[in-house]
Amino acid sequence: MIRGVDWGQRLEMAAAWFLAFLWAAPLLYATWAAFHPMDFVSRFDLTAALTLDNFRAAWKVAPFARYFLNTFMLVCMTLAGQLVLCTLAAYSFARFEFPGKNIAFILVLIQIMIMPDVLIVQNYLTTSKLGLVDTILGIGLPYMGSAFGIFLLRQAFKQVPKELEDAARVEGAGWLSILLKVYVPLARPTYLAYGLVSVSYHWNNFLWPVVITNSTTTRPLTVGLSIFGAPESGVNFSVISAGTLLAVSPLLIAFLLFQRQFVQSFMRSGIK
Amino acid sequence: MHSIRPKKTMRIDSKTARWVNAWLLLLPAAVLMVAFTHFPIVGGFFASFFSTARQGRPSKFVGLDNYSYMLNDPVFWQVLGNNFLYAMGTIPLSVGLALLMAVWVNGRLFGRAVVRTAYFTPTILPMIAVANIWLFFYTPQIGLLDKIRGLFGLASHSWLGDPGTALACLMVLAVWKDAGFFMIFYLAALQGISPELEEAAVIEGAGRWYFFRRVTLPLLMPTTLFVVVNATINSFKLVDHIFILTKGGPDNASSLLLYYIYEVAFGFWDTAYASTLTVVLLAILGGLAVTQFAYLEKRVHYQ
Repeated sequence: MIRGVDWGQRLEMAAAWFLAFLWAAPLLYATWAAFHPMDFVSRFDLTAALTLDNFRAAWKVAPFARYFLNTFMLVCMTLAGQLVLCTLAAYSFARFEFPGKNIAFILVLIQIMIMPDVLIVQNYLTTSKLGLVDTILGIGLPYMGSAFGIFLLRQAFKQVPKELEDAARVEGAGWLSILLKVYVPLARPTYLAYGLVSVSYHWNNFLWPVVITNSTTTRPLTVGLSIFGAPESGVNFSVISAGTLLAVSPLLIAFLLFQRQFVQSFMRSGIK
Repeated sequence: MHSIRPKKTMRIDSKTARWVNAWLLLLPAAVLMVAFTHFPIVGGFFASFFSTARQGRPSKFVGLDNYSYMLNDPVFWQVLGNNFLYAMGTIPLSVGLALLMAVWVNGRLFGRAVVRTAYFTPTILPMIAVANIWLFFYTPQIGLLDKIRGLFGLASHSWLGDPGTALACLMVLAVWKDAGFFMIFYLAALQGISPELEEAAVIEGAGRWYFFRRVTLPLLMPTTLFVVVNATINSFKLVDHIFILTKGGPDNASSLLLYYIYEVAFGFWDTAYASTLTVVLLAILGGLAVTQFAYLEKRVHYQ
């Protein structure tokens, strides 16, 4: 009987590893293709010579440096806007009583459920009226008043003991210095979680950027990658793999290094 | 008496000042939120009763014309049906796999950290990037899928070009991408289950499967509900892979509602009709939101 149980467990372990292999396969495969000449794209010869030619070709075919810069600016600008605006709004929700507070909070909850992603039609019209079509600010602006960020930070601020604020007030600190010296430092884990989720979200976001951008100087990596990978571009799979790896590598490396923080952040973001 | 009066006015003043202060703190975020979420929801609803402005023809009130056009639009029904199929096909599979992954990773498993990383990694990669890789898998003849079929002597197949398989190709990719994300919620829930329960069950002579079915699964119910609602929302919100793999084709066989909205708005520049379609999408998402709120309320009562 003991033996039977053992076999069952072994079978399960094999299944778990098989699934893990399937889940890792696309990325492993792209890595294989990117580092080998095109002839080895579906010939798995371990002695095949390694090459960086595909990366050179990818870098030449598409303006990756520019795309990287655009994505970097987009992610930083969006996050900076979100952090400032959400901190102020969350502080207001957490520590002030004011008329209209409940209605304002319901408006926040609505945005948690219906994000700007699905409102591309009207948001395009608005952005074009603001003259921000094909600008990096235009990509980031709809996401800066982030209900999700307000919600998370409000939760964190509410857990700060009121006595700390009172003590600071007795010492003559104004609201801004109380916010910066008491609340913000104590909410650091929440900021980290929100920051990681926001950065990975906007690094990966595609639909709104593809709607609002139409030139190399504004396109983020995802949009650049979609043009580069299209069959019309006539680029072979090895080069596409190399380009794809280039585009995902910063986030992927960060993830592999700080896996625990990433997983916890994503979890927090879902559980709310 | 003299000393009380000024004090009272001062208190009212400071209260008003606090209101103003609170609203000023809220204002910048509120303006952006209203401008890019609430205004487009309401504005889109209004726009659905007007015609699209064309050269020389300004937009005018058309009542329910856009809606009757929609009800007679076979493509609308097709993409709605596709979206339904897509949700039905991906959600049970990705949620089921997520649970399985979580149980495996939570138990005693050789190389647990590596397995967990493998499961979760697709989540953090951009959909566009992984779609590029999957596109090559699906390519007829030279693609990996056909190469593997070739080993078994099976004929090559145009996976993305065949209306019968195009949507399924998108679904496989979606399951692969999402299962690891849902896994982490199950993992958190599993770690919250007291190990004493299992010890007690072992003493009582309950088998592992019996324990899983009768104890673990019911305890995971709130997580399952949460994950399913989120998976459903995702299936209406994420269409990036369509841009790379099929562009909705062939003949809209793999198009989803949001992708159709994109095409109508930015391919045909019919913003009025796109707004009408958006109203339907919002109604679906709103219904899901209500479900989730009802559930959140329930969870509060539990505690």
